[in-house]
Amino acid sequence: MNQKNNLFKKVGSFIFDNKVMIAFAAICLAAIVLSGSPMTFIVDGVFTRITRNTFTVLALIIPVLAGLGLNFGIVIGAVAAQIAVFWVVYWGFGGFSGILLTVLIATPLAILFGYLVGKLFNQMKGAEMIAGLILGYFADGLYQLLFLVIIGGVIPVNNPKLIISQGVGVKNTIDLTGNLKYAIDSVRMVDIITVFFYAVLAITVIKIILHLVKKLKLSRSDFILFGVSALIFGVSYIPEIERFLSTDRLALLDAFTSALVILAILQIIKLIKSIWVEKEPASALVKPVLLLLVYGALYGLTYIPAVEEVMLYVKLPVLPFLLIAALCWFNQKILSVRLGQNMRTVGQSLSVAMASGINADQTRVIAMVISTVLASWGQIIFLQNIGTFSTYGAHTQIAQFAIAALLVGGASVQKATNKQAIIGVILFHTLFIVAPQAGKELFNNAQIGEYFRVFVSYGVIALSLAMHAWKQFRKTSQSTPGDMALPGAPLQEAVDGGS
Amino acid sequence: MKTLKTFYENFGLPRLIIAGFFILLVVASIILGFSPAVLFSDVVKRWLMYGTLVLAMVPGIQSGIGLNFGISLGISSGLLGAVLAMEISFLRDWNTTLGMGAPWLTLLLALFFGVILAAIVGTLYGMLLNRVKGSEMTVSTYVGFSVIAFMNIVWLSLSFKNGELSWPLQGQGLRNTASLSGSFGGLLSNPDVVQATQPKWLHWLAFRVGEFTVPLGLILVFAFLCLLVWLFLRSKSGIAMSGAGENQLFTTSSGINVNQKRIQGTMISTVLGAVGIILYAQTYGFLQLYNAPLMMGFASVASILIGGATVRRARISNVLIGTLLFQGILVTALPVVNEVVEIGTLPEVLRIIISNGIILYALSKTKGENQ
Amino acid sequence: MDEQYLLSMSNISKEYYGNRVLKNVTLNVKPGEIHALVGENGAGKSTLMNILFGMPVIYATGGFEGQVSLDGEVATVDNPHAAMDYGIGMVHQEFMLIPEFTVTENIKLGREIGHKTALSRIFGNLLEKLNWDQMSRDSRKALNSIGMMNIEEYTKVAGMPIGYKQFVEIAREIDKTGIKLLVFDEPTAVLTESEADRLLEIMRLIAEKGIAIIFITHRLTEVMAVADSMTILRDGEFVARKDVKDTSLANIAELMIGRQVEKLVEDDLLGERELSDENIALEFIDYYVDMPGERVKGMNVKIREGEIFGFGGLAGQGKIGIANGIMGLYDTEGEVLVRGKTLDLSKLGEALRNKIAFVSEDRRGVGLLLGESIERNIIFSAMQINDEFLKGIGPIKILDKATADKHAKNMIKLLDIRCTGPSQAVGSLSGGNQQKVCLARAITMIPEILIVSEPTRGIDIGAKKLVLEYLTKINRELGTTIVMISSELLELRSLCDRIAIVSEGKVFSVMKPDDPDAAYGLAMAGVREEVAL
Repeated sequence: MNQKNNLFKKVGSFIFDNKVMIAFAAICLAAIVLSGSPMTFIVDGVFTRITRNTFTVLALIIPVLAGLGLNFGIVIGAVAAQIAVFWVVYWGFGGFSGILLTVLIATPLAILFGYLVGKLFNQMKGAEMIAGLILGYFADGLYQLLFLVIIGGVIPVNNPKLIISQGVGVKNTIDLTGNLKYAIDSVRMVDIITVFFYAVLAITVIKIILHLVKKLKLSRSDFILFGVSALIFGVSYIPEIERFLSTDRLALLDAFTSALVILAILQIIKLIKSIWVEKEPASALVKPVLLLLVYGALYGLTYIPAVEEVMLYVKLPVLPFLLIAALCWFNQKILSVRLGQNMRTVGQSLSVAMASGINADQTRVIAMVISTVLASWGQIIFLQNIGTFSTYGAHTQIAQFAIAALLVGGASVQKATNKQAIIGVILFHTLFIVAPQAGKELFNNAQIGEYFRVFVSYGVIALSLAMHAWKQFRKTSQSTPGDMALPGAPLQEAVDGGS
Repeated sequence: MKTLKTFYENFGLPRLIIAGFFILLVVASIILGFSPAVLFSDVVKRWLMYGTLVLAMVPGIQSGIGLNFGISLGISSGLLGAVLAMEISFLRDWNTTLGMGAPWLTLLLALFFGVILAAIVGTLYGMLLNRVKGSEMTVSTYVGFSVIAFMNIVWLSLSFKNGELSWPLQGQGLRNTASLSGSFGGLLSNPDVVQATQPKWLHWLAFRVGEFTVPLGLILVFAFLCLLVWLFLRSKSGIAMSGAGENQLFTTSSGINVNQKRIQGTMISTVLGAVGIILYAQTYGFLQLYNAPLMMGFASVASILIGGATVRRARISNVLIGTLLFQGILVTALPVVNEVVEIGTLPEVLRIIISNGIILYALSKTKGENQ
Repeated sequence: MDEQYLLSMSNISKEYYGNRVLKNVTLNVKPGEIHALVGENGAGKSTLMNILFGMPVIYATGGFEGQVSLDGEVATVDNPHAAMDYGIGMVHQEFMLIPEFTVTENIKLGREIGHKTALSRIFGNLLEKLNWDQMSRDSRKALNSIGMMNIEEYTKVAGMPIGYKQFVEIAREIDKTGIKLLVFDEPTAVLTESEADRLLEIMRLIAEKGIAIIFITHRLTEVMAVADSMTILRDGEFVARKDVKDTSLANIAELMIGRQVEKLVEDDLLGERELSDENIALEFIDYYVDMPGERVKGMNVKIREGEIFGFGGLAGQGKIGIANGIMGLYDTEGEVLVRGKTLDLSKLGEALRNKIAFVSEDRRGVGLLLGESIERNIIFSAMQINDEFLKGIGPIKILDKATADKHAKNMIKLLDIRCTGPSQAVGSLSGGNQQKVCLARAITMIPEILIVSEPTRGIDIGAKKLVLEYLTKINRELGTTIVMISSELLELRSLCDRIAIVSEGKVFSVMKPDDPDAAYGLAMAGVREEVAL
């Protein structure tokens, strides 16, 4: 009985905590059904958009952690990327080396911009979101000034493909075909493995040298990592596997299967560990076994013809997904270092953080720099995947859509996780894909669907901001200004202002 | 020296730059040989066109809700009022039954609907803002955006008979821009329209002196609205409202319900927004639906800030000066820039940089004070 | 200077903007000793502690005179970090804890233990990996050492009882390496009685480890219970250093308060009047005000018609809440009667309509519209409540500028407000003149009862005298009943007919201005005389 109650409570609180997400999932489902679009179309579209947008959405997480709220200023990161893309295209670079050069130019720019934005936000604590929004528009203005007037007008640029015929100002769209288009998407798996192996090799060698010179401890995990990468590298020479790895796209089915296999292997290792190494009681084995069964069942699902068709139809570019995974790992990992803990503290209470000797301003600036740099990389991934660079439009909506996606995933102004970002991207972009068709079926007007999705993206942000503000307001109105008259207040204030 | 310094501090560097820039543009345009009369006619027209929308900022700021980015609510109400009035006028065929009175009645009806709607919406909006004290600007910006997006759906779903409003041959959805030339467009400001449609005794509404156009009707209406707001701010109720905006505890301790006063300010601001967009459309000659009003709130906010208002205090003079400077720059920049560099979009870029720059500046100022 | 002292602050003087708040104060603390620092509000305790911690506020205002020594050696503590390095810690009265963090995270806040990684070697210690195992072990140890076995180091602080939060703060200080001296600033103010007892026990436990404690409190009984010795400050001056065993409650109280009653108001103003217990102007029955930090908890008192009635008491005890409740700034319970008629305090402005006017203690926060003119400030309430200074234009009433201007000019002359004219913004006036504007606004209401809260806080002596004399004058000439709430006993005793000392949200006792100092001291500390004697 008690357990049942508990279960009810758990389900109840799950629904309550994820109300935004659940409501949105329901809307998506309804729209999918209404639109009557084929699943291949929808799933393919969603995965394309996951490739394009997830990185940018994940770039929003660190500022939330550090108490800066939703970073409307990521537009500035995108602008940095676009400046870099323009020059790289102008200089005639392309392919993966072109991408590397783009990153090389965009990153320092983004660091500089992020630093300035962070400094500005430190001047406007508590108003970061509105400031970020306006700053985005302001940056857009400066960007237009650069691309419309300065390029060609002040800096001589002569390229009829890029510049408007009068010789001043960049054209509305820049075609990336033949230079940067798919430059990240089309990296072959085997190349990734090779690079990965050599990178691990280099790091291991350095570590061994350090070990010998500076008596640094080498941990077991270093060797395991090296062993695993060497193994994969070696396996990739088996002709069958090499042929498979020589492609740049992975069928969703293959990706899904390999993901299940890896997860299953991890669970089996866990099982082995708990049975023979740690000798845990049988109850500890239930979860891994259950998970293994679930994986099996999931694999079984792929044999359903409809599912199989979709899964064979959809092809994923490999490197972008690896980059997304790496960013998730980074967002997680940063919590375990001092910087991450400082960010959490600053995010929870500025005054307590400062009183504990944490340099709050610096921490906030670092958070903004990281977010801006990540946003600029995200924009590079976005542009190379789309293949046409809309000079004056590519960046204008990114903050809007990225933030809406994050919120749809159940995040708030104060809390955001990788999981919420990914779920948010999936739900938000599903709606984006199916809404026009659903609008057409329902109202005989595809545009209504289009407007509806825009409305939803604005509305979800408005709702989330209002709910946050309401919560803040209720919190502050509980401790009204009378607090200032507390005894010992001067000492307290001085502590707050200290360091 | 000291007074010069305080003047500089009060005025602020951005405002100084903007004012200087305006003067520079005016001088440049005259040197380049543009007719000052034509140029100034244009400046005056644009000044009056945007004036009421900027005036709408005053009650909002004074009541303490800050810069009302949510003026889109009022704008949407006004547009809806105008659209309804035009449809009624078409259905009743006022143009034939009423003759010269038709545009007047349409205009009044548009104002009537707009004001009623805005009063209701503004009250609800004020209630929302009372729950999000301290973050009004962030919330109102997105509420404003959402409303525009929502109205897009509304415009698209309405099916009207009036051919000026609806797409031909489609039966559903309104046009992006609806011409007001057959209705109240230019009724108060365009000499050609006035002379063509109105009897002689009304020709004073808009006339020309040489090359200079005097939109006297519009001037009077705008002056009347300014006077109303000015009177309100000096009334018992208005003084209480300004108090609520400046110091909530003070006002509460004087026995005034601060939340009610904030709702009042928001409501008046929204109503002025509705009136403002109708006057705007009247002057412009077109009704702009869909995303056209999306950033109008920003322009209004920027104008009043340029005029010297802060996030907490605004006066009628801020409206007059700010709108004149902001619109003046945009109007004079276009011909000058075209003459010099031939980039047609430059004034638009200028608008974005100036308006957002000044808002950013104002925000950084207030937060600095609060800490 | 004695070698045996751990901390020795000698001949400390400090000025804030020409205002001398500390004059040659000496504070000596031995190792392992619990040393109480007692004195009224404004006696200089906070400033002394700010100096000890090297707070920026001290250095931003020109530093201090005198010498601080630790372990017999001269110490320069010019920033809070230096204080930490010297082994001086503080247990804050308001918790410096993050509710969403675990106990361990809070204890280690800003002092997380990390170990070096390859990345941190290149990019600095921000990238050090945190060692949570080590940190929870440390936290456990710190909690155990203060006997808090039942606080789990891995639980979140949110939702803990207040007492536990305080203990977590103490554990944090104990966890700091080399802690030698701990300052407890009013630690028991927010605790329940049993929690407070527990805290005192913990203080003894800590002292036994050889850590010295400076204990700041208003509760003299706690001082008697736990402290070994004490330093008494009064008006920024050192009064005495005493061992607890050599003294008594009454003795301490007298030392805290003791001073000559100087004349703040000339005698000829204080003529005799008829005051009758039959004629009650204002009565509080079981009155509660929910003002954070200044709660009123069940107050009963009657104020006679034509009386000047004072409310005194220490900060935080609730005297400030009395007026703020009637003003409608905070929720109230219970009854307030004006000449026998109950006020409906749920209606805003109810008191004003019943001819009660206020001058708030929070001049800039509540009392004034800083951005508006003197004139607008003076007429605001009278206009809103009594419909004065208005003229009708058709159906709307607008400001009657001429009358308002005339009235403001009169007030400026009457109260000697130094300004350029009625249109000057009050934000640019000096504190004393701002206070006069507040007073002018209240008088413009022509009140029958005038409540003034901290009327002389932060104003110069000339303005102070003028304000107090004016209050006396309107009381004598117009018969206005005056309720004066003040932290300055001297001020209350120089013009009030009776003074109620407020303690823990209630009226502790109603006293006469000429009652002995010791009686006042004990009442302020909330100690019944019979206990003390």
